[in-house]
Amino acid sequence: MELTLWTYEGPPHVGAMRIATSMEGVHYVLHAPQGDTYADLLFTMIERRGRRPPVTYTTFQARDLGGDTADLVIRTIRQAVDRFQPEALLVGESCTAELIQDQPGALAGGMDLGVPMVNLELPAYSKKENWGAAETFYQLVRTLLKAQLPAPGTPKPSPSRWREEGRRPRVNLLGPSLLGFRCRDDVLEITRLLGEHGIDVAVVAPLGARPADLLRIPTADANVCLYPEVAGPVCSWLERSFGTPVVRSVPIGIGATADFLRELHAVLDLALPADLETVEGQPSEAERRSRLPWYSKSVDSTYLTGKRVFIFADATHAIAAARIASRELGFQVVGLGSYSREQAREVRAAAAELGLEALITDDYLVVEKAMAEAAAELVLGTQMERHSAKRLGLPCAVISAPLHVQDVPARYSPQMGWEGANVIFDSWVHPLMMGLEEHLIGMFRHDFEFVDGHRSHLGDGAPASASASTAPSPEEASATSTAVATAAAPAAGTITAAVAVREALESLWTADGEAELAKIPFFVRGKVRKNTEAFARERGLERIDAEALYDAKAHFSR
Amino acid sequence: MGVSAPPVQPSPADLNPHLHPDLLKESGQREVFCGLTSIVWLHRRMPDAFFLVVGSRTCAHLIQSAAGVMIFAEPRFGTAILGEKDLAGLADANEELDRLVKDLLERRPEIRTLFLVGSCPSEVIKLDLAKAAERLSAQLLNRVRVLNYSGSGIETTFTQGEDNALQAMLPLLPSSDEEQLLIVGTLADAVEDRFRLIFERLGITTVRSLPPRRSTDLPPIGRGTRVLLAQPFLSATARALQHRGATLLSAPYPFGVEGSRDWMAAAATAFGVPLARFAEVVDPLVERGRRALAPHREVLAGKRLFLLPDSQMEIPLARFLSRECGMELVEVGVPYLDRQLMAADLALLPADTQLSEGQDVDRQLERVRAARPDLVLCGLGLANPLEAEGIATKWSIELVFSPIHGCDQAGELAELFARPLRRRALLQLS
Repeated sequence: MELTLWTYEGPPHVGAMRIATSMEGVHYVLHAPQGDTYADLLFTMIERRGRRPPVTYTTFQARDLGGDTADLVIRTIRQAVDRFQPEALLVGESCTAELIQDQPGALAGGMDLGVPMVNLELPAYSKKENWGAAETFYQLVRTLLKAQLPAPGTPKPSPSRWREEGRRPRVNLLGPSLLGFRCRDDVLEITRLLGEHGIDVAVVAPLGARPADLLRIPTADANVCLYPEVAGPVCSWLERSFGTPVVRSVPIGIGATADFLRELHAVLDLALPADLETVEGQPSEAERRSRLPWYSKSVDSTYLTGKRVFIFADATHAIAAARIASRELGFQVVGLGSYSREQAREVRAAAAELGLEALITDDYLVVEKAMAEAAAELVLGTQMERHSAKRLGLPCAVISAPLHVQDVPARYSPQMGWEGANVIFDSWVHPLMMGLEEHLIGMFRHDFEFVDGHRSHLGDGAPASASASTAPSPEEASATSTAVATAAAPAAGTITAAVAVREALESLWTADGEAELAKIPFFVRGKVRKNTEAFARERGLERIDAEALYDAKAHFSR
Repeated sequence: MGVSAPPVQPSPADLNPHLHPDLLKESGQREVFCGLTSIVWLHRRMPDAFFLVVGSRTCAHLIQSAAGVMIFAEPRFGTAILGEKDLAGLADANEELDRLVKDLLERRPEIRTLFLVGSCPSEVIKLDLAKAAERLSAQLLNRVRVLNYSGSGIETTFTQGEDNALQAMLPLLPSSDEEQLLIVGTLADAVEDRFRLIFERLGITTVRSLPPRRSTDLPPIGRGTRVLLAQPFLSATARALQHRGATLLSAPYPFGVEGSRDWMAAAATAFGVPLARFAEVVDPLVERGRRALAPHREVLAGKRLFLLPDSQMEIPLARFLSRECGMELVEVGVPYLDRQLMAADLALLPADTQLSEGQDVDRQLERVRAARPDLVLCGLGLANPLEAEGIATKWSIELVFSPIHGCDQAGELAELFARPLRRRALLQLS
């Protein structure tokens, strides 16, 4: 047993769900107990999808365990295929089903379903979500391409056959999926970038692909492995089986995007454009296309120099972040780690370059401890690092899954390519402004507005003094900071009319009225206070007690 | 394993069997939460408690997916994730648990009650968590009390997790035959205070709550205890309280003005409060609650409502929305129907209401699409997909996280249902 407060990855069947839900025309029958349907929310809420995931669960209960759960599996598979008519079927188990060993894949294999079926064997007690996604993607591609496998000894296709065939070169973008970090916009950004260099995209998978699209994978001149956590195994298999070369540079950051373009041109035997050559004194493509280089060079960024940064994420995003932080923003990386055991070697190499020992763990407490010991000034991590950063009072930006709903934004926000670098500059520097403010607050503690805990650039009001029983809502903030100002600066002696009115109103409140108000959730408390006071004025009430508050609530109930 | 659904009680005589004759019982895919989800609100109700799930990575993932959007400086729940060693019996489960609990308590010395929460994997491999809780309690005597309950999906649906958690606390309740009113089921703090104040005005002075706000602050129980259930999903707890000598008061649940009045009246009757006194205290609240309801009734009246099974709160909510807000009920789905605990609410439902127990989600969605209701109460796995089909939804989980009980909250409760309809009318996006 291991104590887990937060888990960096879900179980492997969630990885399989990510593949099924990212694609079209694929259905997944999952042998799982009642309640495991919670995973639908990852897609309907966090990814904000307007369709149910293509997953049918057996949802067995305790009473089914006495009966024939295998029969339940067969019925569920039959109904799912009849109802959803998929072009390919995935069959697998969740962790509890693994214990009762009904072999759903084998059962489906004996059913003559008339569609390609992939039996997923995902060991839930030893493997995790990304492994499950990678394995599912690999097994699905392998099953569908079985008929196309070239005979042993067939010569490898030339990656420059596009020239002989008189067409533009084309590549596959492999790895983007739902619940990956910003995959939606990374795909757009990279597709655009490739188009500018005269390269077409053949298949994007799994995100948005149908089984029929996977059949076209071998038609590409190269495979771009955008997310090794998901597409690493499938790219290696395609290279071994079809001889398709793989582009393994991940284009996150300025230098990495330039490297990616160079590798791509080399693989496809394309001439390197002049501005991808590094020429002293010449602006590079990166400097013309992304704002990060200039923003990072401009004097406003000088204070970023040597800021101590702790990085923990999936391997791909951690390695990319370390390079951006150290070489492109001028931070000092004081901790680098990842929960992706599958790519531990690459993370260790990246850490060694920075003179660090990589932290390879999936134990949130170990990460938290390392973060505290590194005395970081900025944390670049996952949703989980937000918790530790809050506890330690550190600024934090999210750079990798696991993510929550705020990291699936409506606006265009890639991490990859030139625009990705712009997004990264803004989102990593944003929490630090707060850090600067904290320095000033640390120096001058007698300020009436910038008091302890105040984050003015995040738009929060100044917190009320500790003795106040109610924290102000943003709506109340201005009034409160004026009140705090008055309280904190009696020497000034300038009590404005507004404050006088405020105090007159406050004196109307009885103790039980105040107590009742304190119980209103803080985000509506300001409104309730205002409404109740307006109501009291209107009725000419002399005091505002709990009853008056409820009278007002009923009055304004609309 | 002791795995079984609570026994279905025979219908009490006061329930007219000709009402709601065609209960639709369905089995198939169920789109519901397991009882582990109860941790999401119980950890706030009792901040000095910690909930340690013994299960798989799936269990850990469920809870953090539900609660992880909040950022915790100090975690209040965690999972002891079973590994292959545990399954193969290579590691002694009890030793492993002891080690884990020791680590946890070092980090969080202020924990007073530790719940070991059973899950599907721990139930299937028959880990005896009850015994482990006993042993750990003895080891940690006078420091931390360790309790056990099951929140597994194979045994519990969503709110039944709270039922099991409360049941686990019962053996710790001291015995006393003193006269008291015990309110059972999680209430929002402000709502709880409100009820206490009203009962005080009625002359019922000793009012206690289960669960308490502090896990060590447990109410006594005995022959003088009258129990009012604040929540409809507490079948096992209600029966266990009766075994301890408490009297269960029969009333509809305190949703809306009518339900809240009848609920308080049940206590007033049991404690011999004069009718005139009750009218004097409660009538103004009823009157005010009706005023607060009026604007929402304008939005809801005549609208057709379809409730999907989720929390067992569906029947009392349907009763409130049909009788006090004028909504028409297309179908009222419940995950589990305890006829005895629902008797008062069932008797108030319109006579031809279509009830369904259990779920086959795809077939139920076909009925939703065929009926094209004006509003569907459903879980978050279905809400956005139905919205995308043009069907207005109210997500049901919010009802567990909102102060909705009592006359003073009737307006708020109606507003929760009126809001999505108002919003649809408001948005002009073309």
